Amino acid sequence: MSRTALINARLVDPASGLDEQGALLIEDGKIADFGAALFKDAVPEGIEVIDCGGHVLTPGLIDMHVFTGEPGNEHRETLGSATQAAAAGGVTTIIVMPNTEPAIDDVALVDFIKRRARDTGLVHVHPMAALTKGLKGEQMAEMGLLKEAGAVAFTDADHTLENAQVMRRAMSYSTYLDALIVNHAAEPSLARGGVMNEGELASRLGLAGIPKAAETIIIERDIRLVEMTGARYHVSQVSTADSVDVIRRAKARGLPVTCGASACHLTLNENDVGNYLTFCKLDPPLRSEDDRRAVVAGVADGTVDVIVSAHDPQDPETKRLPFALSAFGAVGLETLLPATLSLVHNGDIELAAALRALTCHPADLLGLETGRLGTGMPADLTLIDMGVPWVLDRYKLKSKSKNSPYDERRLQGRAIRTIVNGKSVYVQGEDV
Amino acid sequence: MSAAETSSDLIFPHRHLLGIEGLLPQEIGSLLDLADTYVDQNRQTNKKKSVLSGRTQINLFFENSTRTQSSFELAGKRLGADVMNMSVASSSIKKGETLIDTAQTLNAMHPDLLCVRHGDSGAVALLARKVGCAVVNGGDGSHEHPTQALLDALTIRRRKGRLQGLTVAICGDILHSRVARSNILLLNTMGARVRVVAPPTLLPAGIDRMGVEVFHDMRKGLKDVDIVMMLRLQLERMNGSFVPSVREYFHLFGLDEAKLSAAKPDALIMHPGPMNRGVEIDSAVADDINRSVIREQVEMGVAVRMAVLDALSRNLPNTPYVNGAGSDGAGK
Repeated sequence: MSRTALINARLVDPASGLDEQGALLIEDGKIADFGAALFKDAVPEGIEVIDCGGHVLTPGLIDMHVFTGEPGNEHRETLGSATQAAAAGGVTTIIVMPNTEPAIDDVALVDFIKRRARDTGLVHVHPMAALTKGLKGEQMAEMGLLKEAGAVAFTDADHTLENAQVMRRAMSYSTYLDALIVNHAAEPSLARGGVMNEGELASRLGLAGIPKAAETIIIERDIRLVEMTGARYHVSQVSTADSVDVIRRAKARGLPVTCGASACHLTLNENDVGNYLTFCKLDPPLRSEDDRRAVVAGVADGTVDVIVSAHDPQDPETKRLPFALSAFGAVGLETLLPATLSLVHNGDIELAAALRALTCHPADLLGLETGRLGTGMPADLTLIDMGVPWVLDRYKLKSKSKNSPYDERRLQGRAIRTIVNGKSVYVQGEDV
Repeated sequence: MSAAETSSDLIFPHRHLLGIEGLLPQEIGSLLDLADTYVDQNRQTNKKKSVLSGRTQINLFFENSTRTQSSFELAGKRLGADVMNMSVASSSIKKGETLIDTAQTLNAMHPDLLCVRHGDSGAVALLARKVGCAVVNGGDGSHEHPTQALLDALTIRRRKGRLQGLTVAICGDILHSRVARSNILLLNTMGARVRVVAPPTLLPAGIDRMGVEVFHDMRKGLKDVDIVMMLRLQLERMNGSFVPSVREYFHLFGLDEAKLSAAKPDALIMHPGPMNRGVEIDSAVADDINRSVIREQVEMGVAVRMAVLDALSRNLPNTPYVNGAGSDGAGK
C-alpha cells in the first residue's frame, strides 16, 4: 500500500468551507484522512512525506471548457500536450469539447478520447459530446449511448444551436437521461461577421462588432425552453452584464440554469485588443470594463457557477493574420489559476468562491467524483503558492500553441504541485 | 512656404504613416505646408525633384484602385524615386499569411517606401511590423485612409484659408468608410466641427463618442455648414440590407440643389471618388464649378502624397536628414 503524507498545508475545501492548517494522507490514490489534527506530532515511519510549506492545498481544479486538436488538428494540441499544460496549471480534470475533426458525435470517438487520454494524458479527461450530429444543429446526437460511453455533457461547442425546435427537443429528450445541455450563446444572424465587441472601440478600429444582445437573446430563448422542458441547461460562457442579470433572475425562479465564464473575460476587456492584437480575439469577444466587472460580481455571488479556461490552441498560421481573418481563441490552461487568483488578490472575490467555481461546482454539474476534500475521494489535489510573482513567457508554456493574451504579463500565484490519483504529475521546477 | 522646403520646418517624427490617429496638429499642419509647395511645383513645366533619388517605392495594392495607386505612383516619380506597382487582386490573396510572406519577400528587395492598400482593418499596421522600410497606409479595411484625409484637409485649407472653426458635414456610408474615420480624426485634431449625416444603419456603434454631431436628416445636417463631404455608397449595400433601395436613398440622402441650399452659400462640395452619380450625388451639384472641388481633391492628392513620401524618407536611416531638426523620432 502506497501512502503519502502532505504536511504543513493550508487545507482549503471550498465545498465545505474548510480552511485550516493541517495535513492530508493519501492511500492508494485516495484521500484517506485530512485535518488539523492529522500528523500533529509526527508522521509514522513508512509514509512518504511532502512538506507543503504552508501553501494552499485544494481539490484539483476542473476545467470544463477545453479545446484540443485531437483528433484532427494535432499540430495545435494533442490530448497529451493539453494534459501537460493542465498539470502545469494545477488542473487535474479537463473536459474536452466535441468540435474536433471528426466531431465527437459517436460512441467510437468518446472511446477514442478516453483511450488516448489514458495512454498519453497526465490528468483526467472527459469529453463533452456533440448535441447534434456533426455539430450541424439539425439532428440530435445519440445522447443515451454517448452518456453511457462517458460523455459528461452535450454541446455543439463553439456552434450555437440556432434552431429553437431542435433545442427544445434535445432539452426535452435530455431530461430522462439527466444530461446537461451546454450552449454557446451567440445568435448567429447577429454575431456573424463580427470579430470584437460592438462599440466605440470596434468602430474606431474599423472592425465589425458582435452586439451584446447576440448573447442575451440566445440565453433568454433557452431559458424559456428550460421552463418548457425542465432540462438542465448551462451557458458555456457569459461575457455581458445583461447575461449575468438574466441568469441571476432565472436562478431566482428556481430554474436549473447555470453558466460559466472564462478567466480571460474575468480579467481582460475589449481595450486589450489594442492595436489589433489577435491573441485577444475571443468568442464571445472581450467586452467592456462594466461587463467584466458584472461577470466578476456574478462569480462572487455564485450566479456564475464555473470559471473555465476556454483553452483554444491556435498556431501562427491562424493567428498571425489581419484581425478579421484570424481565428478566435486563446490558450488558457496554464493561466486559468493565476488569472483567477488576480481577482482574489484584488479583493474582488473570496478565495473560497474562486475555488468553488474551479472545483466542486463543475464537479457537481458534470457528476464527477472529484473536486472535494473527502475521505475516500480520489486524491486529485493542487498545491498553490498564492503569492509568488512571475512573468508569463508564452514560449515556456507546455501547450503546443502559444497564443496567450497574458504573454509578458505579470501574474501572482500559481500551482506548484499537481496531484492526480495520488501521483504528482507536476512539481514546479522539476520534471516529473 | 518656401521655408518648409528647407526641411527645417517639417515636424514629422514618424517612421510610418499608418493613420491620422496619434498625429499632432502641428505635424498635420507642417505636412500640409510641405504639400503646398508641391502643389506649386506640380503646376510648373518641370515637375520633377530629386529628393527621393535612388529610393525605391513599391505600391502594394491588395484592393483594386486606379486613382489612389496612380496618385502614389505619380507622387513617387515626381520626387525621383523608382516606383514599382504590385496589384495583388484580393481574390487571389485571401490569407494574411500570404500578406506577411509577400511583405517579407518585398522587404528582401530593400524598398525604402511601401504604399499599401488592404481590405482588412489593421492589415497595413501588421505588415508594417514585418518590414524595415517606411510604410504608408493607402487604406485598410474600414479603418483609416490617412492620405485621403490629408488631401481633403489641404483642399479645404487652400480654399478657406483654415480648418479651425469650420463646420464639416460628412454624409453617407460612415459605417464602412475609412475615409470618414480618418477625416473625423483629422478635422477634430485641427479644430473643425464635424457632423455626420446618415441613416442609423450606416453609422457605426458609438459614433457619438468620436467627437461628431449625428444627424439623420440632410437638411438639418447641412444647415450652415462650410463643407459638404459626400461618401461613396457601394451599390450592393442598397438592395435592402442597409437601406431599402437606391431611389429611397437618393431621395433622402442624395446631395442635390434642394438639400444643398441649407448649407452656407459658399459651401464646398467634396467627394473622395469614384462617384455614383444619381445615388449619393446629383450630377448638377457634382459638376458645379463654383462649389464642387472634387477635381481639385485629385490634384491635392498627388501633392499630399509627395509630402508624405518626402517626410517619411527624411526619417529613413542613413539619410542626410536623419539627425536634422524635426526628425528626432527617426528610426524608432
